[in-house]
Amino acid sequence: MIARRSLLAGSAAAAVIAPRVRAQGAKPRIKLGVLNDMSGPYRDTGGPLSITCVQQAVQDFGDHGFAVDVINADHGNKPDQGASIARRWYDEDGVDVILDVPTSSVALAVSTVTKEKNKVNLNSGAGTVDLTGSQCNPNTIQWTYDVYMLAKSTGGAMVKSGGDSWFFVTADYVFGQQLASEGAKFVKAAGGKVLGETRYPFPATNDFSSFLLQAQTSGAKVLGLANAGADTINCIKQAAEFGLTQRMKLAALLMFISDVNGLGLQTAQGLTLTESFYWDLNDRTRAFSARLKQKAPDVRADMDQAGCYSAALHYLKAVADMGVANAKANGAAVVARMKAMPTDDDAFGKGSVREDGRGMFPAYLFEVKSPAESQAPWDYYKLIATTPAGEAYRPLAEGGCPLVHT
Amino acid sequence: MFGFSKEQGIAFLLLLILVVVCPFVLYPVFLMNVLCFALLACAFNLLIGYVGLMSFGHAAYFGMGAYVCAYAAKVWGLTPEVCVLLGGITGGLLGVVFGWLAIRRQGIYFAMITLALAQMNYFFCLQAPFTHGEDGIQQVPRGALFGIFSLANDRAMYVFIAVLFLFFFLLIHRIVHSPFGQVLKAIRENEPRATSLGYRTDDYKLIAFILSCFIAGIAGGAKALVFGIATLTDVNFETSGEIVLMTLVGGMGTIFGPGVGALVLKGMENYLAGIGSWVTVVQGCIFVVCVLAFRRGIIGEIGARLKLVL
Repeated sequence: MIARRSLLAGSAAAAVIAPRVRAQGAKPRIKLGVLNDMSGPYRDTGGPLSITCVQQAVQDFGDHGFAVDVINADHGNKPDQGASIARRWYDEDGVDVILDVPTSSVALAVSTVTKEKNKVNLNSGAGTVDLTGSQCNPNTIQWTYDVYMLAKSTGGAMVKSGGDSWFFVTADYVFGQQLASEGAKFVKAAGGKVLGETRYPFPATNDFSSFLLQAQTSGAKVLGLANAGADTINCIKQAAEFGLTQRMKLAALLMFISDVNGLGLQTAQGLTLTESFYWDLNDRTRAFSARLKQKAPDVRADMDQAGCYSAALHYLKAVADMGVANAKANGAAVVARMKAMPTDDDAFGKGSVREDGRGMFPAYLFEVKSPAESQAPWDYYKLIATTPAGEAYRPLAEGGCPLVHT
Repeated sequence: MFGFSKEQGIAFLLLLILVVVCPFVLYPVFLMNVLCFALLACAFNLLIGYVGLMSFGHAAYFGMGAYVCAYAAKVWGLTPEVCVLLGGITGGLLGVVFGWLAIRRQGIYFAMITLALAQMNYFFCLQAPFTHGEDGIQQVPRGALFGIFSLANDRAMYVFIAVLFLFFFLLIHRIVHSPFGQVLKAIRENEPRATSLGYRTDDYKLIAFILSCFIAGIAGGAKALVFGIATLTDVNFETSGEIVLMTLVGGMGTIFGPGVGALVLKGMENYLAGIGSWVTVVQGCIFVVCVLAFRRGIIGEIGARLKLVL
């Protein structure tokens, strides 16, 4: 009896739902895939909140005659895993654009697959300058930041304030290596010197003591951390435990607000860092954060996550502009359109995308407030300096991107 | 002609049909991945199933095969069949060195020596400049078979991989059922007795080890070409563990078992990717169930029920 009744109820429900499904099916669909680290060191800097930000972009974009789906997957910071998910998404699941993709080694692999399949890759999480340099392609945009901009802003500021001898602790993959070498360039250009570097295996290292002790014995004034996410947090905490912070200044070349939150202001106060987004920067960023707060009340977006919002919104505008069918057929054409249109959204304000795929937004140098200065939860940053978009990034001619000459 | 019994002939025909039909139903790249790992598991099974040697470092030969194949395709621009062969030779050469050291011990000591050597190999791959550390060798072109047939299309690549798999599958079957294979099985059952019959068991074990490593290298090279990337994942000890798992789930010491095991595990990895890191938990549970409930593995258990050797 019960079985029959539930069957009846089920078919009634199906009858109600079915027409709606059909009506939706008639609309053209765009599928956004968020591919990032959901379980490793970069979970907090990207992870679930990146997905929420993309969903927020879809909501803010509104209805323009096509439906938008958002799916996600975990690449585990492994290039082969990232590349095979990207391949499957494009081939099997009808994904049109892949967003976020932190971890530079994975980002390069996904960018390669994207070009092969002529889709769109909007990178927000990875820092390698190769994405807009030697390995740039017409299907990829790097939205939020890169190691050049970080090294110039944070590294330059540290040397100016007297930190003229450096020792680098580097995550041993393309991002860390580039961050350290770009950092070293700016240090040397400003008249400082680099006393040494030690590289640790990524993402398998949790105990940084031996690397930190090497840094201590070097006698350098500044400890440059060429890493990101949970690694940076661990390094700073362990450096504090060893008393390293009393003798050396720490320069976290890449740090996000989620890292500051993870460290706590007591430990993080006084650190200088660079982001291209801060929730309390101006009225528009506050408005964006207020909207986001309804979905994720306990956290604030960092630049990686806000970059996902900004990139997704600009992508959807370009799709609406050129038509869904055209956009689905040719990823390079969408990217070309995105480069032609000026960007404007609440998170990053007005900006543009350069021909090598570099998103052009100002870089902000912040100092982390002391616990006494902080008035409210997540009130963490003091703005120290702003590098305008035109000066923050590597000059177009120096990148060696093949797209620039054609 | 390959020493198939009637049932094995039927099973092989079934396999052949599956290999031909599947790409029309399932995603070809996934199937190629399965075939590469099936070949790897078959190579591993040659050792554990027929010689009784438990190697815990097969990822080393697989991964080095992948690196060398990727390097040859990307930097030297060689054709895919030559690259894959180079991958196999690399695996085989590594097998000569590692095997020569390892076969002197048995059981857990053998497993530990192979594991230790594989970890040394992992560290080498992490530090050697040509592997590009954590980034791996990326943007590996698939190239054109014999310089003529482009493999850029997934279907074309699938044909290449399928032929490769079937060739080495049959080769392994032939080895197992040759007089040489009989000696291997004799060593597995009772090594002192095989020695007393006049066989130089160390030589036999070493040759089997090198053959297994060679085929593992071939599988690695093929995988590198399919995905266009060779990374540390391929040489990691987790891959070694996965190979053991595939063979046990499918059925150790059966010809068809490792392939089925590869299908099951790679299928889970592919279709359960949505649950993220829980996949490894599910795999662990399956392993426990397998060991507790059907110790002979899927194919081994079917074979035992039907009283057949599959």
